[in-house]
Amino acid sequence: MATFSTLGLTAERAAALLDARELSCEELAAAYLERIAADDPALHAFLHVDPERTLEAARRHDASGRSGFAGVPIALKDLFCTRGVPTTAGSRILEGYRPVHDGDVVERCQDAGLVSLGKTNMDEFAMGSSTEHSAYGPTRNPWDPETVPGGSSGGSAAAVAAGLAPWSLGTDTGGSIRQPAAFTGTVGLKPTYGAVSRYGVVAFASSLDQVGPFALTVRDVAALYAIVAADDPRDTTNVGPAEAVVRPEGEDLRGLRLAVPRDQLTVGVDAGVLERFEEAVALAVSLGAEVGECTLPHASHGLAAYYLIAPAEASANLARYDGVRYGPRTDGPDVQAMYEATRHDGFGPEVKRRIMIGAYALSAGYYDAYYGQAQRVRTLIRRDFDVAFADYDALLLPTTPTPAFRFGAKLDDPLAMYANDVFTLPANLAGLPGLSIPMGTSDGLPVGLQIVGPAFSENRLFAVGHALERAIGFDPVPPRLQGVTS
Amino acid sequence: MSRDGWEAVIGLEIHVQLQTRTKMFCRCANRYGDPPNTNVCQVCLAHPGVLPVPNRAAVHQAIRVGMALGCTIPSWSQFHRKNYFYPDNPKAYQISQYDSPLCGEGVFHVPAPGGAFEVRLERAHIEEDAAKMIHAGGAGGRLTGSASSVVDFNRAGTPLLEIVTRPDLHSGEDARRFLNLLRATIVAIGASDADMEKGSLRCDANVSVRRVGDTALGTKTELKNMNSFRYLERGINAEIERQIGVLEAGDRVRQATMHYDVATGTVHVLRSKEEANDYRYFPEPDLVPLEPDAALLDELRAALAELPAARIERFVGQYGLPEPIAEALGTGSELARWFEELARLVGDGRLAANWTLGDFSAHLNAAGVVPAESPVTPARMAGLVRLVESGAVGTAAAKQVFAGLVDDPDASAEAIVEARGLGQIGDEAALAAVVDEVVAGNPAQVAQFRAGKVQLLGFFTGQVMRQTGGRAEPKTVQRLLRERLDGS
Ligand SMILES: [Zn+2]
Repeated sequence: MATFSTLGLTAERAAALLDARELSCEELAAAYLERIAADDPALHAFLHVDPERTLEAARRHDASGRSGFAGVPIALKDLFCTRGVPTTAGSRILEGYRPVHDGDVVERCQDAGLVSLGKTNMDEFAMGSSTEHSAYGPTRNPWDPETVPGGSSGGSAAAVAAGLAPWSLGTDTGGSIRQPAAFTGTVGLKPTYGAVSRYGVVAFASSLDQVGPFALTVRDVAALYAIVAADDPRDTTNVGPAEAVVRPEGEDLRGLRLAVPRDQLTVGVDAGVLERFEEAVALAVSLGAEVGECTLPHASHGLAAYYLIAPAEASANLARYDGVRYGPRTDGPDVQAMYEATRHDGFGPEVKRRIMIGAYALSAGYYDAYYGQAQRVRTLIRRDFDVAFADYDALLLPTTPTPAFRFGAKLDDPLAMYANDVFTLPANLAGLPGLSIPMGTSDGLPVGLQIVGPAFSENRLFAVGHALERAIGFDPVPPRLQGVTS
Repeated sequence: MSRDGWEAVIGLEIHVQLQTRTKMFCRCANRYGDPPNTNVCQVCLAHPGVLPVPNRAAVHQAIRVGMALGCTIPSWSQFHRKNYFYPDNPKAYQISQYDSPLCGEGVFHVPAPGGAFEVRLERAHIEEDAAKMIHAGGAGGRLTGSASSVVDFNRAGTPLLEIVTRPDLHSGEDARRFLNLLRATIVAIGASDADMEKGSLRCDANVSVRRVGDTALGTKTELKNMNSFRYLERGINAEIERQIGVLEAGDRVRQATMHYDVATGTVHVLRSKEEANDYRYFPEPDLVPLEPDAALLDELRAALAELPAARIERFVGQYGLPEPIAEALGTGSELARWFEELARLVGDGRLAANWTLGDFSAHLNAAGVVPAESPVTPARMAGLVRLVESGAVGTAAAKQVFAGLVDDPDASAEAIVEARGLGQIGDEAALAAVVDEVVAGNPAQVAQFRAGKVQLLGFFTGQVMRQTGGRAEPKTVQRLLRERLDGS
């Protein structure tokens, strides 16, 4: 067995090692499991790992012959239903719950021969931007354990950044893939709404949730997207990708018209983030892109609209956790008391806050002023993008206004926490794809460049992201982990 | 109906269980009577991560019902979530429809003996049914106060169609007649068995009364728990009477949910004040809108069979039947089909109508069967009708022949007449002998007849019939009797 480190190992490279028989699937899986055993107690990227199950799956691929990405490990956000395997959504209310069904993306990963390493940590029910809202304790950022990895898919992002998995799947409702990708120096894609099935994804906000990949390279992200994006009849809002996924090769941006929505960058953006962003824009120009400016006049209302629509949908989606049919139950003298006690004990404070906001926004007399108005804002934001895409192929934005923040920094200030999503959630509201790639560091922490395109333009985002990724030359291995071998 | 000076205003809310192979949003069987919690899956048990997929057959059924009821079918419709916590509601929201139902406004035409009337429909929409709960211990079979409750999710998520009328009905009888025709229409197109006693057709009535001539509606009450057409009619009438009584006593009607007690025939308050439920309706984000296109609508419309209301009107025109007869024959598809076949075979609609609603319907009721299950086919029946019309079998004997058709499914009417000697005796010599015998045997009655008590002719006829086992040809008998009694 060749000496190798999982640190910085791409899925593409791992598959090549398997193809060349330099490694068996079992050896590859074992290397990741060792790394998890060594590093995850401090990192806490995983909520559930079952080494025997993982190794058994890997051995099956060794025995049966393999091709493509078969035998390459993957980590799955604990929001995906996995048959017989604990699925908690980061919540006490699903403690001990084992689904009877696999999610569509879980099935597609299995069909592609990917070997699950386990379930990753997340903010409870995907509500949060730091994993601090996980009922099972936070995940740390591999770049700096004193800072958050972002969220809600923080575990999936941290696992890839720390070499505990070559790639992973997360979900993105308002930035939950792109923001942690930016914070951990990984690549993350929020696909077009409807490109990937939501079947078997524990629902947060149905009209916004999308499944997407994390990886170290745009090419890996494209490859994993190709595996999971499909038309699934079990999700009627899903249509699959509009065209065959193309893994990017090109290294220039000639013929592409890109735009920067300058009106979005006026307040609250960290100086280091702005610096890296302007450098990335200049690189795009040097790669041959025509870069102009556009505006998104209604995007400033996106945060408010998002924090009405998402909680409203969540208030209904989470109502099923009532202790009647599955999950923990706290008994009470009557059914009403049982509901209240079960939900009181089962949900964390952020979830309760959003359920209350959502129920309020939908209640009689307030619906029009809150939920109805938010939906109208959503339509206006969609139109802003339509106008921009009439002239441009894609937009460039920082993924987040700041690099990763320290634990506790925003925990007591929900509005500051929510503001972290200001650049990501317009794409969710408009149903558009957004790709985050690392664009360098600010104060030693990675920062992300976001590329947003029209619906179903993932291939274009991959092409732009790949060319910029090559030009930027970011090293995704956190310096503090460099030199560490397993 | 009701007392002078008052007018009742009634609107109905009807729930129909759609007959489909599977549930509304998952693939579990839509079937009754199975062991509890056997037709369930992660979707209808509302496990995490599941999504609803609308049952196309249910949507088509619902559109067909809407078309049959004269509703418009909008080109765009969507589902909403109706939020409330209850153990029979696994997601804690019911997928229903709110401001954009599958079937829009319509007018349903109801033939009636006193003249047809029209009932405007407000809407018909699809929703999913709740699970079934059984409460043990405590009072009144309700959740509150019960010692424990069990839930059977077999019914959870099965498709329902809710049909809402405008307040266009004015009596319990109107309501019953409307609902009966609506039921027959739904049954005719095969959308549901619509059986009130089984609960596959449920009806609530909104009832108010006002002074004749008033245009504003009075305060309404909602009447529940009427599980038969008879109780619907009686319950509504009882509530109308109650409200008039309240108003005539100078009091006012209070908004309430009322319960009709079938044992006492009275209504009482179930919930004195409607709890201010806020269901927080919002568009179901897990489902794309329903957009039935013109081609689908054309296809569904073309496949609709003749509907009861149209059939009743056709029977009046084509067969010259009075409206109540046409209604009795035309409401149910099976009886209508049987009747039309008989009418074709005997070439006389009125005659066929008499036989269909007479002996044949009595037999169906007595045997508890539907026309298709009866051994009496229109062809065998036509054999009997021809024998009667030709005079070969008398009306009295015809009853016995009919009984033979029921008892002996292989025998024709002719064979039964032959085998049982039920042919009519028209032979004058044979009848004369019997007549002579009767006249000779009843001298006192003969004397009275001759003294002017001519109604005794019936007595003599009866005696002759008795002696011939009902087979004597009545006209010949009467002529012979008159000859004997009037002469000499
Ligand atoms: Zn089911």
